[in-house]
Amino acid sequence: MPPWFGHRYVTLALLAVTIGLLPLFFPSTYYFRVASLVWVSAFAAIGLNILMGQAGQVSLGHAGFFGVGAYAVAIGPTHLGIPVWAAVLAGAVISAGLAHLVGRPILRLKGHYLAIATLGLGVLVALVITTESRWTGGPDGMSVARLTLFGWRASGSSTWYWISGGLLVLGAWIALNLSETPTGRAFRALHDSEVAARVVGIDVSRFKLQAFVIASVYASIAGSMLALMNGFINPDQAGFLHSVELVTMVVLGGLGSVVGSIVGAAVLVTLPQLLTVFQEYEHLLLGLIIILSMIFMRDGIVPTISKPLARRSRA
Amino acid sequence: MPAEFGGVGRCIEPARIGLFGSVAWPPLAAKRSVEQRMSDFFQFLVSGLTVGSVYALVALGFTLIYNASDVVNFAQGEFVMLGGMVTVFASAAGVPLPLAALIAICIAVVVGLLLYWLAIEPARGASAVTVIIITIGASILLRGIAQIVFDKQFHKLPAFTGDAPVDLFGAAIQPQSFWVLGGTAVIVTLLYAFLELTLLGKAVLATAANRLAAHLVGINTRTVMALAFGGSAAIGAVAGVLITPITLTSYDVGTLLALKGFAAAMLGGMGNPLGAVAGGILIGLLESFGAGYISSTYKDAFAFIVILVVLVALPQGLFGRRAVERV
Amino acid sequence: MTILEVTGIGISFGGIKAVDDVSFSVSPGQILSIIGPNGAGKTTLFNVVSGVYEAQQGSVVLSGEDVTGYAPDRLAALGLSRTFQNLQIFQRMTSVENVMVGRHLRENCNLFADLFRLRSVTRQNRATREAALVLLDDVGLRDSADEIAGSLSYGACKRLEIARALAAEPRILLLDEPAAGCNAVETEEIDGLIREVAGKGIAVVLVEHDMKLVMKISDRILVLDRGKTLVEGTPSEVRNNPAVLEAYLGKRGAREAARA
Repeated sequence: MPPWFGHRYVTLALLAVTIGLLPLFFPSTYYFRVASLVWVSAFAAIGLNILMGQAGQVSLGHAGFFGVGAYAVAIGPTHLGIPVWAAVLAGAVISAGLAHLVGRPILRLKGHYLAIATLGLGVLVALVITTESRWTGGPDGMSVARLTLFGWRASGSSTWYWISGGLLVLGAWIALNLSETPTGRAFRALHDSEVAARVVGIDVSRFKLQAFVIASVYASIAGSMLALMNGFINPDQAGFLHSVELVTMVVLGGLGSVVGSIVGAAVLVTLPQLLTVFQEYEHLLLGLIIILSMIFMRDGIVPTISKPLARRSRA
Repeated sequence: MPAEFGGVGRCIEPARIGLFGSVAWPPLAAKRSVEQRMSDFFQFLVSGLTVGSVYALVALGFTLIYNASDVVNFAQGEFVMLGGMVTVFASAAGVPLPLAALIAICIAVVVGLLLYWLAIEPARGASAVTVIIITIGASILLRGIAQIVFDKQFHKLPAFTGDAPVDLFGAAIQPQSFWVLGGTAVIVTLLYAFLELTLLGKAVLATAANRLAAHLVGINTRTVMALAFGGSAAIGAVAGVLITPITLTSYDVGTLLALKGFAAAMLGGMGNPLGAVAGGILIGLLESFGAGYISSTYKDAFAFIVILVVLVALPQGLFGRRAVERV
Repeated sequence: MTILEVTGIGISFGGIKAVDDVSFSVSPGQILSIIGPNGAGKTTLFNVVSGVYEAQQGSVVLSGEDVTGYAPDRLAALGLSRTFQNLQIFQRMTSVENVMVGRHLRENCNLFADLFRLRSVTRQNRATREAALVLLDDVGLRDSADEIAGSLSYGACKRLEIARALAAEPRILLLDEPAAGCNAVETEEIDGLIREVAGKGIAVVLVEHDMKLVMKISDRILVLDRGKTLVEGTPSEVRNNPAVLEAYLGKRGAREAARA
């Protein structure tokens, strides 16, 4: 493999080309919708990957932030009269604030303690959303106003395909940037050995918190996009099952790999769509995918494929 | 949001009688007499103890598995679900109730063993988080199977000794509550006796203390771990059978139960069986009194707030020991 | 003019006193070795001094500042670096990246700039990488610069840790068994490396079992036994001290030391 193969601009170019050319193969607008869903989920997964893959932390409550972003664009324009773009921003700020507030004490924990703490956080967010029905419409959800920018109304599945696709490229670019920087190295260092990172001068708690906040902002923006895209949102988007799906996307695709997160999102979003006939089997299938991939492809799809390729090229 | 474990806040559906349904919910603003306050208190106390017993059993199951294999088993709640659902469907098919319950327990044990052999054992050596994800996957899988094999409705079992409420200081207590409390006490005692007084039980304790050392002295650690999973499943299933007459059951009661059971296990100190039981009771009481005196709509939140507070302030739980990292 | 002054350090773990009233001091450019049988508390002492454990008694003074109880990252900012006995390299990063992380405190770390990888960051990356390559060269690992650290041999990893510790340009370096697992040639190289480091004015404290190395390069030696100080002095004083000979060196060790 040529030396520039793994370079981030190549990856981004390939991603952009894929997003650009894919619609040529779409027989109907339905495919635009599915693909948009993949782009949005991938965006959230990339953010989670920065937290889990680079910084080595775990979050089983990430859908909570997704929900914050989604409900921000629902509640903001409808109940508070603020413009949609401001609501997106507000959602991101609230997510970041929540992550910052709760992150400091929680991120001192490790392993399954951290997993459970984040899980508890996510469930609490979903609970609040479900219960405060005056604001959120309760368990049945609420509708979301369309995005209007300078008079232009964003609607239609192909419009959202390009918006979410564009944002995905941006999100991937930032994540790829981060890897080879002092911040990114600090993340990866504290992942491998927290004590060694400390001893070298890295303020481990500050960096863990940064990763957590970054990931929360990614999730919030993804949630906002989904809400605007569908014109509707319900509390399931903030629920435990969705958190599990997000983690599965990241781990299935390959922890630490931006491309992996996109692949993982693609698999987890398209598979149930392919089997719409078997709606009931959704849980069964998800559970099976999780178990089998964790046992047999522990590193994830992308590393499992690229490692033998890399070895062969060196031989 | 997964269906919660009976309860007040969303009690609009008629099928959801729940734990508090038979009581006229006391509005906090209205003036209550001393007798009414006393009867409220005992109502909350008994409901709290009852639901706390189920959490205690789930937490006990968690602890058993965690001690034997370091696995945090998210599918624990599904054992409770199986206990209830299989009994319901078996007795609906004409099988007498005690036999149906026994069948349910056996099926749960088989599921527990399969979970160990097919999902946990092959992933040996994986990180703690990977294994948690596997058990989450197993819980989702079991839920998926349950919704196909059974259905998505709520189901009830007849109370063991009838529905006539018992009067306790003015509170109306369902007799099934006593079955739950009694059953829990029996299980805890039996488990304690097994672990402390039998050779196999000692082997389980040894595996929990140091798996490698136990292996080296000839204990078949794999058998011990399988035993832990099977035993946990049985305990969970019994809890399911006991509680279904009060809170109903459906294919997805497992998740919330597992989460609250886990909170209880953490509260008592991860790995401490008596702590797990104490934690479960405490969380049940917290929920009941919290729902009664503070806010009934956020009943489910109390357990999770407890998790967060415990993890942040007392990571070793109430009765656990602080671990020191060796560098 | 001491750079590190450790006084009366005491720490227990569950009733066992791992370190009991141990004191020592080091000056810039001086090499102090801490020796003692296994379980004497050497690494625990290191962990206390480098902030990984918190001392229950005693104090640590670094360049005149009382740093008792400071976290490791604060101590690193004050010029203290260390290596680990049981290796704490960043397994999944390359060798050069390991050393680059060592230079974290000498880098400008700005989240915004990093998220967009501005030109300043790219320039800094290059400079850091160059500095890291020089250090890898010093420890003889230049050729494995872009290899994953986890795939290196034990001895190479030990040297990598030293390079990483030096990357921060410390004023005092704590080395925990730098020559463990090294053959005679590698030990010679470690010997030369330590002398070079001390020659630059950096204070070096090392924990070692290799008596030849210890006797050769140390300015002073501190002998620990079961958490307590047995003796502290020059190599010849320690070599001839009967208590040390009896408790630790034994007949065989004494013969080795005499040959050094």
